[in-house]
Amino acid sequence: MGANVLVFAERREGSLKRPALEALSAARSAADILGGSVVVLALGSGAAAHAEELGKHGADRLLTAEAPWLDMYVPEAYAATLAAAAGDVDAGLVLVPATSMGKDMAPRVAAALKTGMLSDVTDLEASADGTLRCTRPVFSGKANAIVAIPAARPAVASLRPNVFPVKETGGGAAETGSVEPALAEDKVRVRAVRLEKPAEAELDVAEASVIVSGGRGIKGAENFKLIRELAEPLGAAVGASRAVVDAGWIAHSHQVGQTGKVVSPNLYIACGISGAIQHLAGMSSSKVIVAINKDPEAPIFKIADYGIVGDLFEVVPKLAEAVRNLNS
Amino acid sequence: MKILVGLKHVPDTETKVKVADDGVSLVEAGIKFVMSPYDEYAVEEALKLKEAAGEGEVLLVCAGPESATATLRQGLAMGADRAVLIQDPRFDRADGLVRASALASVATQESPDLVLLGKQGVGTDESQTVPMLGELLDLPHVSAVGTLEIVDGRFTAHREIEGAVEVMEGSLPAILGCEKGLNEPRYASLKGIMQAKKKTIDVRSAADAGIEDGALGEGKMVVWEKLDLPAPRSGARILEGEIDDQVVELVRCLREEEKVI
Ligand SMILES: Cc1cc2nc3c(=O)[nH]c(=O)nc-3n(C[C@H](O)[C@H](O)[C@H](O)COP(=O)(O)OP(=O)(O)OC[C@H]3O[C@@H](n4cnc5c(N)ncnc54)[C@H](O)[C@@H]3O)c2cc1C
Ligand SMILES: Cc1cc2nc3c(=O)[nH]c(=O)nc-3n(C[C@H](O)[C@H](O)[C@H](O)COP(=O)(O)OP(=O)(O)OC[C@H]3O[C@@H](n4cnc5c(N)ncnc54)[C@H](O)[C@@H]3O)c2cc1C
Repeated sequence: MGANVLVFAERREGSLKRPALEALSAARSAADILGGSVVVLALGSGAAAHAEELGKHGADRLLTAEAPWLDMYVPEAYAATLAAAAGDVDAGLVLVPATSMGKDMAPRVAAALKTGMLSDVTDLEASADGTLRCTRPVFSGKANAIVAIPAARPAVASLRPNVFPVKETGGGAAETGSVEPALAEDKVRVRAVRLEKPAEAELDVAEASVIVSGGRGIKGAENFKLIRELAEPLGAAVGASRAVVDAGWIAHSHQVGQTGKVVSPNLYIACGISGAIQHLAGMSSSKVIVAINKDPEAPIFKIADYGIVGDLFEVVPKLAEAVRNLNS
Repeated sequence: MKILVGLKHVPDTETKVKVADDGVSLVEAGIKFVMSPYDEYAVEEALKLKEAAGEGEVLLVCAGPESATATLRQGLAMGADRAVLIQDPRFDRADGLVRASALASVATQESPDLVLLGKQGVGTDESQTVPMLGELLDLPHVSAVGTLEIVDGRFTAHREIEGAVEVMEGSLPAILGCEKGLNEPRYASLKGIMQAKKKTIDVRSAADAGIEDGALGEGKMVVWEKLDLPAPRSGARILEGEIDDQVVELVRCLREEEKVI
């Protein structure tokens, strides 16, 4: 198979998701090494409108299937269309963001192509001979596996969101072309029928570049308002340890860790969280970690970059005030 | 209702990771292996569905080493009816597609109404088996199912996505990956444990499952080359002085040095 790199551009409600641009930037670097071009596939009505934005981030071509029944996620049709495109454009490498949608879809694509796949990678390197080599954190972040696909083509990888930088290449609009969905609508046996959103739209920890998390140290559900008061001026999402989710203080969608979400924000502030290995599994790849804990021996300090040993009920409001002052 | 459940025997999350001399294997001595936590939700859901239907069968399958028998026994003790072990230690280092093919061979033979797996195997966290099995069997799949309702051969599954819950509707047979919160897995009762001892585990070889020897060895598509232990972080810079001064210094560092706020 060829030197071209195919990228799946995830959209939601007509907008491109940021992890799609991250995957695209990684694809551009890989294609430059392989000597191929970058082709993007986007599905649903209005997808061709992204030609400019995608071109600016390194896409040479944009393929779209604009059937409105693809506006919401249709796993079998999405996977079949991406797999068909991989053949059509002679892709040597297929990159998909490791979002909820990408994780659900990419392995089906790899199986359709009878090829190898690397999941949720945090580093990616293509060599001129076409070998794909990636890093994936394993065993709760206690080790990194260096994994390769030497010969199977195309190689498929899903990329952990928030890890790969978005780069503008200054390119013009991508050349557009349309494709047919590779599965007819009446052959589809499962599909997304609607999205249920919380009454108050909250930033999701999986998408945030700053996260403020609360653990058992906050003592009660009502005290999450302290965490929110710090999150707000930072434009941060609110995270939580499992202990407080299990206690019913906050919804599971906020949980960070082994059995919650794996996040890699620029800044992670852990308030009243001890730093159990299963929590670290979800956040140890954050760029900068701040821990606020009254126990100087808490394991969280071993992986934090900055620590304040103190009572969070005193420290967190002061920190919130300092950030607000900074903003004003 | 016949339900097939895939079980993975994995190192407990508290495992201390030590890398063996070959640079890529785990030193397994002293590691406790358990049923992958998400698979417990799969077993529980299967048992609940069977109980609600008042009839049916829950069949467990694992592709793995002989020691994985312990995880199959645990599933039997929880109440599953039968178990198949496709025995080969090399499955623990096999391509996603090869593992999925092994499971697919049992599914093809048994024609279950539903296949339940964990959304991911804890430790290696590849999340590949659910969608791959869907493709191999030409059946629909949904990974990370947080709630499940089945009525007259159709299912509604909720899955948590970024900032929302996605409601999926589809038809059976299907492959579903179970997420935390789907149910509260039961503990095996003493009676269950006693009964499980009497149930036989059907042991097959990789060849019986249609897996060619090469696919587990030289012919692997994905190769783990190395297991690196991240350099231990040097530990936090603990700020000093009055809390007010610490806060000022922290904000300065985050803005001026780290440039993250
Ligand atoms: C299979 C499995 C999966 C798991 N998955 C997850 C997961 O996904 N995510 C997760 O988080 N956990 C997970 N856990 C649970 C994990 O082991 C811990 O139990 C949990 O993370 C502890 O939460 P915590 O840090 O909030 O609570 P604790 O460990 O109780 O820590 C509370 C901390 O708050 C500090 N504190 C108390 N009062 C104050 C104060 N006034 N000011 C400042 N600090 C204060 C204390 O010093 C302490 O360090 C999992 C466990 C298992 C077995
Ligand atoms: C030291 C080491 C070396 C490795 N070397 C390689 C290598 O060279 N090449 C390679 O491709 N991989 C290699 N692996 C990866 C390994 O093959 C997979 O990670 C592992 O087999 C299963 O992945 P998972 O649990 O993350 O699968 P997931 O897809 O996350 O599993 C999801 C669910 O599918 C079901 N399931 C998964 N596997 C099975 C099974 N075997 N039997 C029954 N049900 C199952 C379970 O219900 C599970 O919850 C290596 C792993 C280790 C630890």
